[in-house]
Amino acid sequence: MTQSMNDYRLNYLEQLEAESIHIFREAAAQFEKPALLFSGGKDSITMVHLARKAFTPAKIPFPLVHIDTGHNFPEALDFRDKLVTNVSATLIVRKVEDTIRQRKLTEPKGKFPSRNWLQAYTLLDTIEEFRFDCCIGGARRDEEKARAKERIFSVRDEFGQWNPKLQRPELWNIYNGKIHKGENVRVFPISNWTELDIWNYIMKEKIEIPSIYYAHEREVIIHEGQLVAISEYVRPSNGDVVLKKSVRYRTVGDMTCTAAVESEATTTEEVIREIMTTRISERGETRIDDKVTEAAMEDRKKNGYF
Amino acid sequence: MELLRFITAGSVDDGKSTLIGRLLYDSKNILADQLEALEKSTKNRTDGSVDLALLTDGLRAEREQGITIDVAYRYFTTPKRKFIIADAPGHVQYTRNMITGASNANLIIILIDARHGVVEQTRRHSIIASLLKIPHVIVAVNKMDLVNYSQNIFNNILIEYAEVTKQLNLQDVSYIPISALNGDNVVDRSPVIEWYNGKSLLQHLEIVETKNDINLTDARFQVQFVIRPQTEELHDYRGYAGRVISGIYKKGDKVKVLPQDIETTISFLEARGKETDEVFPNQAAVIQLAEDIDISRGDSIVKLNSLPCVSNEFDVLLCWLDDKPLISGNKYLLQHNSRLVRVMIRKLNYKLDVNTLQQREVSGEVGLNEIVSATIKSVSPLVFDRYSDLRENGSAILVDETSNNTVAAVMIQ
Repeated sequence: MTQSMNDYRLNYLEQLEAESIHIFREAAAQFEKPALLFSGGKDSITMVHLARKAFTPAKIPFPLVHIDTGHNFPEALDFRDKLVTNVSATLIVRKVEDTIRQRKLTEPKGKFPSRNWLQAYTLLDTIEEFRFDCCIGGARRDEEKARAKERIFSVRDEFGQWNPKLQRPELWNIYNGKIHKGENVRVFPISNWTELDIWNYIMKEKIEIPSIYYAHEREVIIHEGQLVAISEYVRPSNGDVVLKKSVRYRTVGDMTCTAAVESEATTTEEVIREIMTTRISERGETRIDDKVTEAAMEDRKKNGYF
Repeated sequence: MELLRFITAGSVDDGKSTLIGRLLYDSKNILADQLEALEKSTKNRTDGSVDLALLTDGLRAEREQGITIDVAYRYFTTPKRKFIIADAPGHVQYTRNMITGASNANLIIILIDARHGVVEQTRRHSIIASLLKIPHVIVAVNKMDLVNYSQNIFNNILIEYAEVTKQLNLQDVSYIPISALNGDNVVDRSPVIEWYNGKSLLQHLEIVETKNDINLTDARFQVQFVIRPQTEELHDYRGYAGRVISGIYKKGDKVKVLPQDIETTISFLEARGKETDEVFPNQAAVIQLAEDIDISRGDSIVKLNSLPCVSNEFDVLLCWLDDKPLISGNKYLLQHNSRLVRVMIRKLNYKLDVNTLQQREVSGEVGLNEIVSATIKSVSPLVFDRYSDLRENGSAILVDETSNNTVAAVMIQ
């Protein structure tokens, strides 16, 4: 895995890292008010790690923005606050709950009331409040079909909408961030990373991530074959069997729409071994909200989702 | 383990999506739930068997029309390499997507339908590959199953394509007979094509030698961002952050800052957030200089042994990417890596026929997908190399200031 002497070729992780740093610097240089969208998950933590490398010894030259659904894992919130202190970054938190109240939106119902979709409202309000012209996000192209076609610099109109048919061609390593007033650009520095690349990088760089990514005991119910944790947002109903299982999370979204996987992996190495043998993709295994229709992500992206 | 970026090009029905699906599927990079979703959408189409092409057709509009409308990126890994595939559509009207996908590819797979041989699209794609200087070419002769795996047919295509290779001066070309549909010679060597002794497509992708694709002699670095912490203890710190385009920079090296034309010395180097003695191509680096010089984004730091061109008038090949036509005399923004300069198209020299490589007189407008040679004048000087000498210091884009769109791919001649 290490680069061989006097060969001057980067290995794939070094190449991905260099590309991401390059993209971070382009975003910082081309925009007046960029922001990093921080979810608290491993991808955004990796992004903070890369952003630090891009600008050291200076501080990260943009704030971290957390669009808070209010359905967070407490472990992820604690971790977020610790990380922000450690890297002395500026953190901006805006709550979906406040948007729902102010805009008289309808709170999603059901057993798994996902506010994921409503995040777009809060995000667009936040962009307007701070006049952000660039939002740096942690989306990866391997996550989902619709994302495979997204540019690294992706222009959104005033409504935050993505138009897949009108994307700017993106050539060589040249990123065109020119926009009109009111528009903004989503920048995706880790577009070319896969889930496994992220984990290998976490291992190589010894990046700390929230404890819920490693195996731990939790009370869960089984919903359509997926393990959903009991929490103040998800209560068992009649007929649900509450089980105690050793689980870990592959993604950290809302507690209401993120499922756990059974696991005994307590170290990064063990998680990587499990991922390499798993036959189910990250989103497919753990995101309850992507399953609604085949084109679910495409629709949400067009409407201003990250 | 290295990263290899490649692009697949072929005509509409050459089986490109099936090939990519096959590569992902046979190298076990498709997961159970993705396969399940695939089986489901195949069922909707009523034709029965699992259609591997659907794995790569991402957007609903495409699934409805059964075509690919934009470059999609796919990822797969084998124990030997990590691959990024730029899946570019084959339709004539989408040449701009192919150029987008090809711009940073190390390798191109040109698909030829064994039944049809070298067709207009094949030539067009090969010409684009040669214009963009993709270092490695694989000609995959597909649908061998439909010509009874005939060695004769394969050999004839090989002879036919050798002409194209010669005309375009393509380097490192390999030929592989495959059937993407049945998986022959895609991941595993085919037992059916006995007369073929070479490697399978994937085996070839895994061992293509990329060492010589990196230029270690002509040192080029462009400043992307100036790091100034402005804290008490780092009061005078000025770090020039950027990507090493080519060459090796060492601490103590004499360098020249362009276009300012000032000589100085490297006093400190950093890569990956850590101090280091040397930096080399593709690294994201930070350079500190011995003297305090006024340097900003877009300026170049080069070594004295090999100097780039510095000029505000130059000839370029333009591939037009916008629906609105190119108009001679119009002003655009030219973005050359991180340098942004206002330019004017002074003269259109000739139009390049992408089917024959012939130079034709420019009459009328230059529209979408057309390639022209033009003379450009810039407001301030550009520091560049010819595209044919150094791909990444000879490439740029044009931006229309009124729409902000990327309207042309620029290769400096």
